[in-house]
Amino acid sequence: MKMFRQIGAVTAMNFRSLPQRVSTSLVVVIGIAGVVAVLVSVLAMSTGLIRTMENTGRDDRAIVLRSGSMAETSSALDRNSAKLIVDGAGIKHDANGDPITSAETMRILSLHKKDDDSEINVILRGVGPRMLEVRPELKIVEGRMFEPAVTEVIVGKSAHSQFKGLNVGDVVHSRGANWTVVGVFETGGDSHESSLMTYAETLISIDQRGSFQSVTALLDSPSSFQAFKDSLSSNPALAVDVVREREYYQQQSKNMSTIISIIAYVVGGIMAVGAVFAALNTMYSAVSARLQEIATLRALGFGSAAMVASVLAEALILALIGGVIGALLAWMFFNGNTVSTSGGGMGQMVFELAVSPQLMILGVVWACVIGVLGGLFPAMRAARLPVAMALRAV
Amino acid sequence: MTALVTLRNVTKSYVRGKQKVEVLHGIDLTIEPGEFLALMGPSGSGKTTLLNLVAGLDQPTTGEVLVAGDRIDQLSRGSLSDWRARHIGFIFQFYNLLPVLTAEANVEVPLLLTNLSKSERRRRVQVALELVGLAERARHKPNELSGGQQQRVAIARAIVSDPTLLVCDEPTGDLDRQSAEEIMNLLTALNRSHKKTIVMVTHDPKAAEYASRELHLDKGLLTNDTRRAA
Repeated sequence: MKMFRQIGAVTAMNFRSLPQRVSTSLVVVIGIAGVVAVLVSVLAMSTGLIRTMENTGRDDRAIVLRSGSMAETSSALDRNSAKLIVDGAGIKHDANGDPITSAETMRILSLHKKDDDSEINVILRGVGPRMLEVRPELKIVEGRMFEPAVTEVIVGKSAHSQFKGLNVGDVVHSRGANWTVVGVFETGGDSHESSLMTYAETLISIDQRGSFQSVTALLDSPSSFQAFKDSLSSNPALAVDVVREREYYQQQSKNMSTIISIIAYVVGGIMAVGAVFAALNTMYSAVSARLQEIATLRALGFGSAAMVASVLAEALILALIGGVIGALLAWMFFNGNTVSTSGGGMGQMVFELAVSPQLMILGVVWACVIGVLGGLFPAMRAARLPVAMALRAV
Repeated sequence: MTALVTLRNVTKSYVRGKQKVEVLHGIDLTIEPGEFLALMGPSGSGKTTLLNLVAGLDQPTTGEVLVAGDRIDQLSRGSLSDWRARHIGFIFQFYNLLPVLTAEANVEVPLLLTNLSKSERRRRVQVALELVGLAERARHKPNELSGGQQQRVAIARAIVSDPTLLVCDEPTGDLDRQSAEEIMNLLTALNRSHKKTIVMVTHDPKAAEYASRELHLDKGLLTNDTRRAA
């Protein structure tokens, strides 16, 4: 009890003398706020990307690629293979007994961003006639669905908001065709909203290709996946890889999100080292400024622990203030902002930065660690101060 | 009478660079309860070092220091802090008040190291401030008080926990003559009326005249020990 009262009394005295040290204290607060703001906002990219990709795909959908293909862009499935795939076990059938699948192909379109006019690759996905049954989450929010056999496209909500020339009625010029935008769709915020869609046979015909790139199949249930996979793997006429759709998209985002996280921690780490030195400097000068106080209190009988705790508490509180400010800045300026990036095999993808509560807490924890590291050595100096010598020095 | 302070063959040396400097050479000293001792001597004679040893702020290189029955030369740093809180009241040349605290909060500081309740702490602070004649300035901060008043607040802080021994390091060194006399009268009253044992380092012969015993140090040795009749 006595110890807590000592710590409380000395810490309170520290804080009451803070206004006399406001400029040096602000260095710590601003420095740490900067570290946390950068860390949280860069990690928000990774979180946003992961959240978008986790939102893409369902467990009861499977995607079939040519064996060894890491992504749809490098896959090719001829028409015979596509036909064999739809006969696989576990695929959901409609009332007429027809399998619910979508053989798909894709190509890259070059579009210009609305904000800076930069040229970005965007996916134009060719989908099968049963696409709406395979992807019931797809809703037309403006205009209408494309018609087969004509060069019409529907555009995802994110792509519509990010790129020029994607309003209903606009025409997108590309190699071999001019695509008329006839509708805008949403898919619940997943990665497809960054793409355009048309009828697969139309796209294949314009591109003069003889093959699809993937087949997406709606399964009877998530547990039917293994039966579906086994039935295709055991078919000697097929050389395909079968993955759950959700896992496929998670895998596609993994490399990108890992790189973003590494960048966040490297940049945040370098800045944090700088902030630790700023905190060290500030807390050393705080201890120097309070040398007489510390020596007097030690002479009167206050223990070393109270000195250590009070200096650490001051560093921690300054760091906490900086951390909260940094996290709030990141949240205010970046949360919900849309950014776009090229993802492995996915072309350009638009996603929202997500400054989640967990990220903000992580930022504040970083701030506290910086505060403790910056306060520790000055605190030890205060504790080890030879009292008699310090009293003589003041 | 049992001595309150006993020093036996105490030496104190410091290392400065590669040189070992001995500040006190084999000091033997006893101080009885109720004495008012003035330690005098030229600069560098070892007065403050001796005072620090008696107050438990420093430890001897060799020898024994017994204060209030405790061998304080054998105590650890932590135990010595607790011991100082129980036994020593400090009065410094530059008052060493905490600038952010009011006079009453400054006086209360040593009581934060006790288990006294808040109301009891407040009562004792009030008594101490009345004793030094500053009850009406309780809410003032140090920078709103004169030097003499600040030293009186420091004296109130020194006596508030009723310590065994008051140690004063040049208590009038920063004051004008009139304030110095007031402070010395106050210390004398504490010694005579409240039976406080006081050890005071001073350069000022006039201040030393208030003491019941005068001890001279020169080059780390006791050279003269004079007692005055009360």
